[in-house]
Formats: sequence, structure tokens, C-alpha cells
Amino acid sequence: MTETVERNNRIARNADRVGLGAMILASICLVALGAHWVSGPMVSVIVLVLVAVIVGVLVLAYTGGPEARRLLAPYGLLKPGMLWLALFFLAPVWSLLRISLSTKESRFSVNYNFSWAFENYTKAFSDFGKQFEHAFVYAAIATVLTILIGYPLAYVIAFRGGKYKNILLGLVVVPFFTSYLIRTIAWSTILADRGIVVRALNAVGLERLFEWMHIMDNGKLLNTPAAVIGGLTYNFLPFMLLPIYVSLEKIDTNLVNAAGDLYSSASRAFRKVVLPLSIPGVFAGTLLTFIPAAGDFVNAQFLGNPNTSMIGNSIQDQFLKQNNYPVASAMAAVLMVSIATLVLLYTRIFGTEDLA
Amino acid sequence: MMRKRTKYGRYALNVFAGLGLVYLFAPIFFIVAFSFNKPNGNFNIAWQSFTFDNWLHPFAEQSLTRALWKSLEIAAVSTFISTILGSLIAVALSRYKFRGSEGINLFLVLPLTTPEIVLGSSLATLFLGQNFIDFGMVTIIIAHIMFQVSFVALTVRARIRGFDWTLEQAAQDLGATPFRTFMKVTFPLILPGILAAALLAFALSIDDFIITFFNSGPIQTFPLQIYGASRVRIPPQINVLASIILFFSVAILMAGTIAGMRKSAEKQATAKKFKLPLRK
Repeated sequence: MTETVERNNRIARNADRVGLGAMILASICLVALGAHWVSGPMVSVIVLVLVAVIVGVLVLAYTGGPEARRLLAPYGLLKPGMLWLALFFLAPVWSLLRISLSTKESRFSVNYNFSWAFENYTKAFSDFGKQFEHAFVYAAIATVLTILIGYPLAYVIAFRGGKYKNILLGLVVVPFFTSYLIRTIAWSTILADRGIVVRALNAVGLERLFEWMHIMDNGKLLNTPAAVIGGLTYNFLPFMLLPIYVSLEKIDTNLVNAAGDLYSSASRAFRKVVLPLSIPGVFAGTLLTFIPAAGDFVNAQFLGNPNTSMIGNSIQDQFLKQNNYPVASAMAAVLMVSIATLVLLYTRIFGTEDLA
Repeated sequence: MMRKRTKYGRYALNVFAGLGLVYLFAPIFFIVAFSFNKPNGNFNIAWQSFTFDNWLHPFAEQSLTRALWKSLEIAAVSTFISTILGSLIAVALSRYKFRGSEGINLFLVLPLTTPEIVLGSSLATLFLGQNFIDFGMVTIIIAHIMFQVSFVALTVRARIRGFDWTLEQAAQDLGATPFRTFMKVTFPLILPGILAAALLAFALSIDDFIITFFNSGPIQTFPLQIYGASRVRIPPQINVLASIILFFSVAILMAGTIAGMRKSAEKQATAKKFKLPLRK
């Protein structure tokens, strides 16, 4: 009798370990079910384990007393969202990797057999190398451009906005309340061959310069790499501007004044005080811009031509039009892994602890 | 001499910022202007003549209107669920110190650092391999909740970071039950953060294209309808509906700003009245 009480107390004291363990176990069960690790009778076993884990935690919370309940509370709050992400974020990644190593039963079949088919990956690289290159190069250039445009704009709003600061910030965000696709289609109208920009450039005579800079191609602005990069830059600008603004806004202006009092020139004060303090914003902005830009296919579709298509276009085409799920999954997996690697490297080199 | 140079530098920077704003608004100007265009043919991309017709019949394109309603329906359901799931996570993370919170933080950022095309295609592979649900409303809503949860959790967590949790203890010391404490003290205080996160989640859902594209099946949401139609025809109603959404969002934004300004003015007045030091 005392033995069971003693044991219950021990469990109650370590309720946080139980809670965390139960959450992880339940997540693993869900991933196993969602990603088809198991089949046949094992499915019912896993379902039973899942139910048992959740019931067990509830029983512990009910019988364990206030201390155990307090220790279990955070896991109870986390569990619904975490299990959702386990089933609809983790399990899909697993099934993506699985299909990327599968072969189709026949050319027009929708059934797949897992067979360690690494040829999907060789095919992804050999047939779509150009698209991978476009994705990373265009996204990188667009990211640099968003810094060049976004930083000065954020700087002016943060330091010279005065009482109009919030209104200016609102103005920056307002354009992005229209639909992403409509904005991109609007750019295709603006940049069209007889559109306003091309005509203005011709009137001023700048088209030679633009041709020389490879921005225009045979008098065309639309359907060039430059248009795709321009679209990416425009559409992801707020993701760069807002984090930079947040980090600039936090800077105590007294620091800048102090630098001035100590005979620092304005540009030196900027380089030595403001710029280092705003680096976390640039860091976060770079991730938030580069990652979606590298996977985008909307800009390349509406503003580019078949020779400027990015890896997103190819994944979309292979997946939804050709129904070639294995190769499409292999491309998506390569994109995911290479971006994760880049992010890790980047965090190692420029890392800040506060990403979110 | 030196002063003069910095002064010119100052102007140059302001002018650059002004040009930046013009750049940001260029396509918006086109969208709104072309909602008053009377297009010649199927594509509303060349200016013909001014008309109010499109604004008088904003819902004339039935498939477009249907798609917009579908989008609103999806956004309402997914925002409701994801706001609950995400807020619970945010409260857990900021209210409690617990084993594994570091790992949870990292895990929450993962969906945000995964390209949408990977999220969309991988979720589609999950739905491909089963016989329980067909692609349609349910799969779209599941997908939207999946990417909204992280956004909601991180937004709410950021908004309640400085929250004074000892208020809860105070309420319980005064005899309130935990449930009553939550309803009367905690919930009203974290509500603004939750509402802000819900608005963000709603906006993300309405505008999502890439993830939805992979998981929609036969359903046409507003962005999908525009995408599908854009090759065949671009009716001016697209511009009208986009402008309406734009004006509506601006109104919400302005209401929020005004409410915030009024609140801070109130705070200042109270501080003045009781001679309290004003914290920023």
C-alpha cells in the first residue's frame, strides 16, 4: 500500500518528464500513422498506444495533485498544436522523402513502390540543374536588392519619421494587402512591351544603357531575368524592411548623439553604432526574404519566360501537370535540404540568438 | 563645408525613401486605376476609357465572387482553429518554464523556414497515400492551419512577453477559481495580442496561393481562380474586388492605429492626473 503511494508520488514529482515524454511519444505515433511506417494490424497497435498515452496523462493529471498538474499544464497547452504540426508538417516531410525514393508502377500509374530509387535525385539534378541555379541566383540577387531598398527606407522611417512614424510604416505595408497574384499581374502590365516603363525608357533614350546592363533584352523588359528578379524584390520587400525597422527602432538615439559628441562624423557614427545594432534585423530579413524567394514560382511564371523558370516552376509542373511525384518530391527534398544547410551555415557565421 | 555635405546627404536619403514609397505603390495605383477601365476584349491590361460600370457590378463575375466567398469561408474556419492552437502554445511558452521549451521554440520556427512549395508538395504527398479524405475544402483548411499555427504562436508570444503573470496569483489569492482567473484576468489582458495574431492569420489564409495550389483538388479559392483565369481572361472585376479588399484592410489598419493613439493619450492623461511617471 505505502509502496504504491510512494511510487505515485515519485511519478507526480517527475510529472514534467512524463508530460514531455508523452507528448513526444504521441507525436511519433502520429508521424508513424501519417507517413505509413506501419501497415495492417500494427496500425491498430499504434492507435492503441496513442490513446493509452493521452488517457494516461489525463489520469495522472487527475490523480497527481496540484503539483503534478502544474508540471503537466504546459504540455497540455502545447499538445493540440504540436500534434497538429507532427501530423501535418513532420509526417508530410517524411512521406515526401519516401516518395522521392519510390518508383511508379507504370508510366500512368498513381501507385508507388518504395525502392531506394536514387535515380530520381540524379534525374532532378541532371534535368533541372539550370532551374536550381536560377532559383538560388535570382533569390540571392533579390535579397541583396531588398536590403539596398529596404534599409534606407526603414532608416528614414525609424529616425526621421517623428510623429508620422506609424503612418509611414502603415503606408509601407498597405500595398501588400492586395493579393500576391494581382500585384504580380499588375507588374506584368507595367513592364509590358508597350507599357509605361518601356515607353518612358525609350523616350529618354535609356534603353541602350539598360540593354548594356542586361536588364532589357531586345527592347523587352517583361519576360527577362531582370523582370523576375524585380518581381521577387518587390513581393518580398516587406519581409526585409519590417525586421530592419524593428531593430533600428530599438536603437537609443542618445548613442548616436554620444558618438557625435565624441567628434565622430555622421557616417562614422552610422558605421560604428547604428549599423552593428541593426544587423539582427538584416539577418532575420535575409532569411525571411531568401527562403520564400528561392521556392517561388509565381514571379517566374508571370514575369519570366521558359528560360528563366525557377525550381518552383519545375516542381509545380512535375507534380501537378505531369503527375511525376517521385521526381517532383526529389526536387522538393533537394530544395529543402539545401536551404536548411544554407540557413545553418548562415546562422553559424552571422548568428543571432533571437530568430523569431 | 562639412555641414553642408551632410545636409545634402540628408535630402538625398529622404528623396530615396520617397522614391521607395512610389515604387511600393506603383502596382497598387495600376490595380485601382484599372478598376475604372473599360477593357477592350478579355484582358484588362491596356487603358481604354473611364467607366464606373465595374464598380456598379463588382460581383458580375460569378466564378470570381464564388471563389472569394470560398476563400473567406476557409480563412474563417482555419483562423478560428489555428488561433486557439497557436495561442495555447504561446501561453505555455511564456507562462511556464519547462523541460523542452528550447526544442519547442526551434520546432515552431521550422515551418517558417521551409519554402512554401516544400510545405505544399509534402502535405500533398501525405494526402495522396490515403483513402480517408479527398482533396477539397478539408485538405485546404488543414494546410492553412498548419502554416498559421506557427505565425499565431510566435506573434502572440511576442505580444505577451512582458505580461505580469503574478496578476493571476493575486486573483487566486483573492479567492478566484483558476477558471474564473483565466476568464476575468488573463484572457482580457492577452486578448489584443490574440486578435492581432488572428488578423495576421486571416490575411495569410486569404492570400495563400502556393500551398493551396497543391492541396485544393477541385476547389477554387480567390487566388486560384485568378491564376486559372489569368491565361484566358482578366476581367476588371478582379481589380474591383482587389481594391475593395485593399480599402477594407486599410480601414481596419486605421481603426487599429486610432484606437492605439487614443489609448496612449488616455494613459498620458491618467499619468498626468495622478502625477505618475510615464513609462514608455
